[in-house]
Amino acid sequence: MSALLSLRNVWVEYGEKVVLEDVKLDIAAGSFVSIIGPSGAGKSSLLRVILGQETPTRGTILLDDEPLTPECGPDRGVVFQRYSVFPHLSALGNTVFGLECAQAPFTARLFGKKRQAAIAEAEEMLAAVGLGDSLHLYPAEMSGGMQQRLAIAQALVKRPRILLLDEPFGALDPGIRADMHALITRLWRDYSLTVVMVTHDIKEAFSLGTRVLTLDKRRHDPHAPHRFGATAVYDLQLTKPKPGCTDKDDDGSITIDKINNN
Amino acid sequence: MRWVNRRVRRGNSIALGAIPIAALLLLYLVLAAGRHAANPNDKILPLPGAMAEAMAALLFQPDQLSGKLLFWADTFASLQRLGLGLGISTLSALLVGLLLGVLPPVRATFGPLVTAIAVVPPIALLPILFIAFGLGETSKVALIVIGIAPFMIRDIAAHVAALPKEQIAKAQTLGASSWQLMLRVALPQAMPRLIQAVRLSLGPAWVFLISAEAIASDIGLGYRIFLVRRYLSMDVILPYVAWIALLAVSMDFLLTWSSRRLYPWAHGAGH
Repeated sequence: MSALLSLRNVWVEYGEKVVLEDVKLDIAAGSFVSIIGPSGAGKSSLLRVILGQETPTRGTILLDDEPLTPECGPDRGVVFQRYSVFPHLSALGNTVFGLECAQAPFTARLFGKKRQAAIAEAEEMLAAVGLGDSLHLYPAEMSGGMQQRLAIAQALVKRPRILLLDEPFGALDPGIRADMHALITRLWRDYSLTVVMVTHDIKEAFSLGTRVLTLDKRRHDPHAPHRFGATAVYDLQLTKPKPGCTDKDDDGSITIDKINNN
Repeated sequence: MRWVNRRVRRGNSIALGAIPIAALLLLYLVLAAGRHAANPNDKILPLPGAMAEAMAALLFQPDQLSGKLLFWADTFASLQRLGLGLGISTLSALLVGLLLGVLPPVRATFGPLVTAIAVVPPIALLPILFIAFGLGETSKVALIVIGIAPFMIRDIAAHVAALPKEQIAKAQTLGASSWQLMLRVALPQAMPRLIQAVRLSLGPAWVFLISAEAIASDIGLGYRIFLVRRYLSMDVILPYVAWIALLAVSMDFLLTWSSRRLYPWAHGAGH
C-alpha cells in the first residue's frame, strides 16, 4: 500500500509522561481520517506531531516516503479550533497572504499583475467556501462559522498535500456545524484532499470520515497512570457509497466500545 | 439599578468629567482669595491676574539676555528632547521587541540583559550620562531613552511572544519564513500595542525630562520651573505645570486617536 503519510513507531513523551506510544499508521491519499478518543488521549498531540509543531520523541514520520522536518511547512495545511486567522488582515488579505509568502520572499507583498492574479485566486477560493460577499471583512467582524470558513480557504489556497483539522467545528452551534460538514465534504471531493480531523463528536467522525481511528491507552497502570501512552486501539475503514452523498442519519447503530482493562 | 450597570451617555460623561476639575479650580480660587484678603502680597497662591501678568512677560516679551521669547523657547527645547527620546525609544522597542518576541534564540541571549537594564533606576545612571555625554542635549535624551526604552522593549517582546501559537503555526503552513512572519504577522499586530506602550511611557518620559532639565540645563520647561522656584514665583510655576499637563494630555489623545484610526481591527471594529 502506497501511503501518502506514514507514522513509524511514533512515541511522544513529556518527561516522565508518555502521551503516545508506538503509533503505527499509514494514511492513503484521498482518505478522510477522523481521530476520536477520550480527553487526554493524545489526539491533539498526534495532530501536532503530523503538523510539525512538535517533534516525536522516537519514531519517524514520512510524507511521500520523505522524512518530515519537525517544522510546519506549506505541504501541510491546518485549521485549528480558534486563532487560525490573522486578526489584522481582511478575509482577502488572510487568503492572499499564503500566495504572497511564496512569491515575494523579501517583502511578502505582491504588486501589479502578480497581485491581481493572486487576488483573483484568493477570491475564487473564498467564493468556494461561501465567503464571496465578505472579502473585506476583518475576522473580528465575522461569526465563528465564517472565521472557520476563512481558515479553510486560507489553508486550501496553498494546495496542501494533507489538510489537518483540530476540532475545527467544536466551537460552532449545531446548525452552522451541519453547514460546515457539507462544506468540508464538498471541498474534500472537489479538491481531492487528504484530510486528518481530530474531533470530540463521534457522530461527526463517522459521518465525515472514510476511516475512523480511536486513540486510547492499551494498558493502564493504576499506580502510575502516566507511564503508558495512547495508541490507535480501533481502526475502522468505513465503506461508503460515494464520498459526499452519504446520508448517515442512522449512525446510532455504530457503537464504540470503550476498553476497560483494569 | 446597581451602580455597575449605570451607563453614562457621552454628553453627560463630558459634564461629569468636568465637575471635579471645575471644583478644584474653584477651591483654588477661594483659597487664593482668602490668602490675598489677609495679605495682598501673598506669593504662595497667586490670583489668575498675577499669573496672566507674569506669563505675558514670558510669552510676548523677548528676554533681555538672550532675546528669545522664553516660554516658547522652553516649550520648543523640551518638546525636542522629549520627541527625540520617545522616537529613539519607540524605534528600538519595535526593532528589539520584535526580535526578542519572535526569535527564541535572540530572546534567550538578550532577554536577561534587557531585564537587567530595565531594573536599574535610570536617575542613578544620570551622573554616568553626564560624565559620558557632557551636560548637553545628548545626556538628557539618553536619560529618557534609558528610562523608558527597556520597559517598552519588554512590553512589545512579551506581547509578540504571547501571540497564539496556532497563529504562528498557521503562518508557517502558509509558507512564511521567519522574516515574513516577523514582517507580516508580528509587526502589524505589535503596532497598536506599541502606541499603547508609548502612551504609558509618556508619564515617565516627562519625569526624566524634567529631572534632567532641573539638574543641568539653561533652557526648557523643567529648567524654568526649578529656576523661578528660587523666587517663590508660583505665578510662573503653576501655569507651566498646567501647560505641561495640557501638552501631555494632547499627546495621549493624539496617540489614542491615531491608533483607532490606523488599526481599527485592534479596537473591536465591527458588529
